[in-house]
Formats: sequence, C-alpha cells, structure tokens
Amino acid sequence: MGRTVLVTGVSRYLGGRKAALLAADPQISTVIGVDVVAPESPIVGTEFVRADIRNPVIAKVMGEASVDTVVHMGVIATPKQAGGRSTMKEINVIGTMQLLAACQRTPSVRSLVVKSTAAVYGSGPKDPAKFTEDMEPRHSPSSGWPKDSVEVETYVRGFARRRPDVSVTTLRFANFIGPRVQTALTAYFSLPLVPTVLGFDPRMQFIHEDDGLEAIRAAVLSPRQGTFNIAGRGVVMLSQAIRRAQRQTVAVPSLLFGTVGRTLSPTGLADFSPEAVRYLTYGRALDTRAMHRTLGFDPAWTTEDAFLSFVQRHDAAEVDVA
Amino acid sequence: MPDADVIPFASPGDPDRAGGAVGPSKAARLVGNTGPQPASPTVPPASASPAVPAVRARRSTDAPDVPVPVASEPHEVITDAEIPLDGEGWLEFARRRISGDYSVDDFGFDPELTDRVLLTLVRPLYRSWFRVETTGLENVPSASGALVVANHSGVIALDSVMAQVALHDEHPAHRHLRMLGANLVFQTPFMGEVARKAGHTLACHPDAERLLAAGEIVGVWPEGFKGVGKPFGQRYKLQRFGRGGFVSAALRTGAPIIPTAIVGAEEIYPMIGNAKTIARIFGLPYFPITPTFPWFGPLGLIPLPSKWMIHFGEPIRTDHFPEGAADDPMVVFNLTDQVREQIQQSLYRLLVKRPSAFG
Repeated sequence: MGRTVLVTGVSRYLGGRKAALLAADPQISTVIGVDVVAPESPIVGTEFVRADIRNPVIAKVMGEASVDTVVHMGVIATPKQAGGRSTMKEINVIGTMQLLAACQRTPSVRSLVVKSTAAVYGSGPKDPAKFTEDMEPRHSPSSGWPKDSVEVETYVRGFARRRPDVSVTTLRFANFIGPRVQTALTAYFSLPLVPTVLGFDPRMQFIHEDDGLEAIRAAVLSPRQGTFNIAGRGVVMLSQAIRRAQRQTVAVPSLLFGTVGRTLSPTGLADFSPEAVRYLTYGRALDTRAMHRTLGFDPAWTTEDAFLSFVQRHDAAEVDVA
Repeated sequence: MPDADVIPFASPGDPDRAGGAVGPSKAARLVGNTGPQPASPTVPPASASPAVPAVRARRSTDAPDVPVPVASEPHEVITDAEIPLDGEGWLEFARRRISGDYSVDDFGFDPELTDRVLLTLVRPLYRSWFRVETTGLENVPSASGALVVANHSGVIALDSVMAQVALHDEHPAHRHLRMLGANLVFQTPFMGEVARKAGHTLACHPDAERLLAAGEIVGVWPEGFKGVGKPFGQRYKLQRFGRGGFVSAALRTGAPIIPTAIVGAEEIYPMIGNAKTIARIFGLPYFPITPTFPWFGPLGLIPLPSKWMIHFGEPIRTDHFPEGAADDPMVVFNLTDQVREQIQQSLYRLLVKRPSAFG
C-alpha cells in the first residue's frame, strides 16, 4: 500500500506544486491538500480539504484518512498574504500548534516535514560567514515571519520529544527564487528603483523553486530526523544581483531605509520590515554540508544560476507586457 | 628617535636570515613595479586587446562545503584570479563588473576587485610612502593554510592592510591574506562592505577554522583595539593577547602559526591622547588625538611616512599535538605565550635593524 501524505498551505504556489509533485510519485497513493481557501485551479491527483489548521477539524481529517506523512508548508511570510499581521501570526503559530496536536493524536503519522526558513538565524554583524544547523542565532529575530518561524520550530522540537517514533525533518530554506515563485524578495528585485542600505552589501543565498520542492520530496520519501539548511551553492552579493537584474538602485541610510522602501513599493509586496532590513544590511549564508551528506540532496541550481533564471523570466515577462 | 629606549635582549642566535632576505627585496623594488600597473583604475589602456579571449575559469565558490578537505584548491583560486589581470583589458573588466558577471566566495571575497582595484589603491602606500621591507616570506606556505599572527598598532589598522599587500605582492604564490576582524568592522558602513570584499571575515571560531581548513592564509591581530589604540609611549610593547582563541583554531585544523612582526605602524599616527568622552558618544573603542588630528581636520588623517619592516617569522607547528589539545587551556596558554614572545623578540630585532623611524 502506498503512503498517504497531508500537505498544508496547498492553495499557495509552492504548496500546490508540491502537492501535485507528490501525487505524481508512484510511492504515494493519496495526497490530501489542506488550506483555508480553495486553490485557484484544482491540483492534479490531490484531494482538497478546505479546513483551517487553526481549528481541531484537521485532526479528524488526519484520523479518517490515516495519514502517515505530514508536510507543513503553511507558514506565511508576509502580512499581505494573510490580511494583517495578527491573522498571519495566528495562522503561523496557532495553526502549527493545532496541526502538531493533531499529529500527536494520530497514531498513523510516521513522519513530519516542516518547511522553515533560514531567517531563524537572524542577521547581523556578529554572524559567522556561514551558519551550521547547530548554531544559535547571534541576533535573534524579533518580529514578523522570522520570529514566527522560530516559534514554529520550537513547537516542532517539542512535538519531536513527545512523539519520538515520528521522524521529524525541519528544512531551513534560503530564499526561494525562480521563474514563477513570487516572494517578498522577488517583489523587491522587481521594484523600478531598488533601495539598498548605504555602505552595506549583503551576501545572499537562494534556492531555486524546483530544487526547493525537490528537497521536500527527498525528505518525504526518505525521512531523516533533524534540521537541514537548504540552499544553492555559492553566494551572490546584493550589488551583484541587482547588476545582473539590470535594475537602478538608490542607496539609503539604514535609518531611513524602511520608510523609503515602503514609499517605493506602493503595492506593499516587497518586505521592508525590521527583519527584512537587517537581512538587506548584513545578509546571511548557510553551511549546507548536512544537506549533501545526511539528506543526500544536491540542488541542481547554484545560487547564481537560480537568480539568473529569475532574471531571465522577469525580462521575458516585461517584453510580453510591452 | 623613538628607538632609543628599546633594548634588544635577544641574543642574535637567530641567523641573520631576515637581513639576508632584505637584499633581493630591495633590489626588486629598485627595478620598479613588477607586473603591469595601470596609471589609473578608471582609464583603460589603449592597448586593451579584445582579441585576447577573456577566459575566465569559473571557480567553485563553495570549496568549504565540498566534503573533500583542504589543500591545493584555494591556490588555484589565486591563479585563476590572476588570469584576467594579464589577458583582459580594463574596458572588458569594467563591462563585466557593471553586468555583475563575476564570482565571490562564500565569505563575500571578491578576488578580482581586490586584485585590480583595492590592492592597486593601497600599493603606493606600501611601496612609496612607507617603503615597506618584507622578509621571511619563505616561512609562509605556498599552497596550504597557515595562521599569520601579528602585532597591531597605528590607530587605524593600516598594518593589516600592508601585511595583505606584502603577502600578495611579494610572496611567490601571491597569497591573499584573509583577516579576522572585530564585529565593529562589519557593522560600520562602507568599512564592513570593503572588508568582506577584500576577503576578511568576523573573528570567530567557525570562520577561522573554515578558512584554515580550506587552505587559506588567515591573519589575526590578537591585541585587537588594545593594540591599535594604545598611546605612543607604549609603542612596540605587545598588549594582552585576547583569550588565545586563534591558537585553538590553529590546533583544531593543524595549521602552522606564523608569528609576524610589523615595525613602522606605531609612528604613522602618534597617539598622544585619547578623548574617551567623544569615543563613548560615537560608540568607538577610542578616539585618538595625535599631533595632527583633529587639529588639522582631514589633513591630520595623512599618516606620517614612517619606515616599515614586516617579518614573517619561523612557523610554529600545531599538527603534532594530541587530539583534543585545542580544548586543553594549558596547551593553548603556553602556545599563546610562545607566539607572543616570538613576535616581541622579532619586533626588537627589526627595530635595531631599522636605521630610524622615518629613514
């Protein structure tokens, strides 16, 4: 008998693609997608359940279908997506707590894969050049999505202690980038005038959207207990990325950066929260040895190539519009 | 002038290897600049030949991630970075820089920018202003990792910059010095940015070990701000050597420690006072008062043209210690003392050899 996988956050781009990818896999017989809103188009091979992970209905769904693997991709990155910071926090933190409670009550669950973010390491001048999974953040994130992710990880660790029979894999992703995915960072790079922090040039690391989904698949198919950094090889400097994208920049002193950034981004898609500003000031890079060795996953795209795939697609789109 | 109170009590048991090496170095300088030195970084030479294909070997920027440990690879990095220097015109270089078509390593080190721009900017200081004489380069390995430990002085850390020029220009393998700096460096606008691009990183265990394991030459200045910001009266007196963190990093990776003495930096900004209140307001470790600064405004920032000597000393091996020595405080303290002592002796020898502070 094949496996039954439950995926949260399927109505968003990555979750939807992930669910479809898993459904196409011969080892997996059933994929159940969960989200609060229905996906724009039906996801091939996936049973969609409209449920809010913030309430206990989710436990019933999991029990009835005897789910054995849970992929948690429901953590939301920007308040815009959720319709406000407080809703976002509730979905991220309370939602995760409910989901974990349901997992704990469902005996059939064998593995849990959580999509987290490298933002849990924070960023600042005291950071080492590359973070390994066991390093404590030197500048703990104090707000927004990074802080939510820290809390989510704490609950996930608690769950791992209470259900030692479940294999728990936490994947800390570098920023997703690619031709189709839309994040706060792709919105930032798409601004007509890209603000940078005066006197700073952060190192950035990306993971191509295809690689990111592949990494989750690898973790679902051969569960490995533990936390793994997931990023493409190498780093690019922000200045270099902007030159590659052929964008105009404006250097802004760090104190004014948030204000200027929000003015330049009328849609509000680009993120100029304090944590995002710290990242755009100091940057961050990950040590991915555990990803290669233990998880056995090698991204096909380097950081640089992943970024170029975004730039090319972006240029093509602009030509279409014209 | 300032050398009078220095009493070298070391017996000159050390063969005059340093003195011997001065010869060729001096001669090399008399011959003139080695390699093509464009007059200005912005003006491309007329002979910029587009016929020469800009073969740019893409180097793997992720060496530390690859499970294969250590050795030879970082050396390739340097040779690769050298290729465009000879084969590519400035115009082509500028074009690639503007389109972002270059690579940096995981630390943000930009070898191209460093070789072609940053080092070019400071080279006149090294050659003409401070007339640096560098000796003992044979003690610095050509292909493997090593930890260069040196004394720190001079109010602003020009001594580390000069050591970087010395290793790049005068060492046969043109090695890049990857320095470990205080977090203040990386939180200061512009300074942090340039430091990263020039190959430097935060002074912390993981970074030191990562660089050493990758076979890089790592530079540390264990006196830190106590060294750079010390009053002129204490010149050439080594301050306390931090907590010896650099020694355990070397022990963990088995990299040799190269005690290095730098003479000359003490006289560039003779610090006769320290405005502690101003320093506190700006969050600085010290605020220097020199005979020219702040009295003459920006003019006071011009360093005095002292005569410099850099000596890379005999390496201290760390690979013969038993496993776990890095966690044995006694071993670490003893090694730290040995390094400190060797640098102090070397400083005295160089001072005796130097004709005068500005000679």
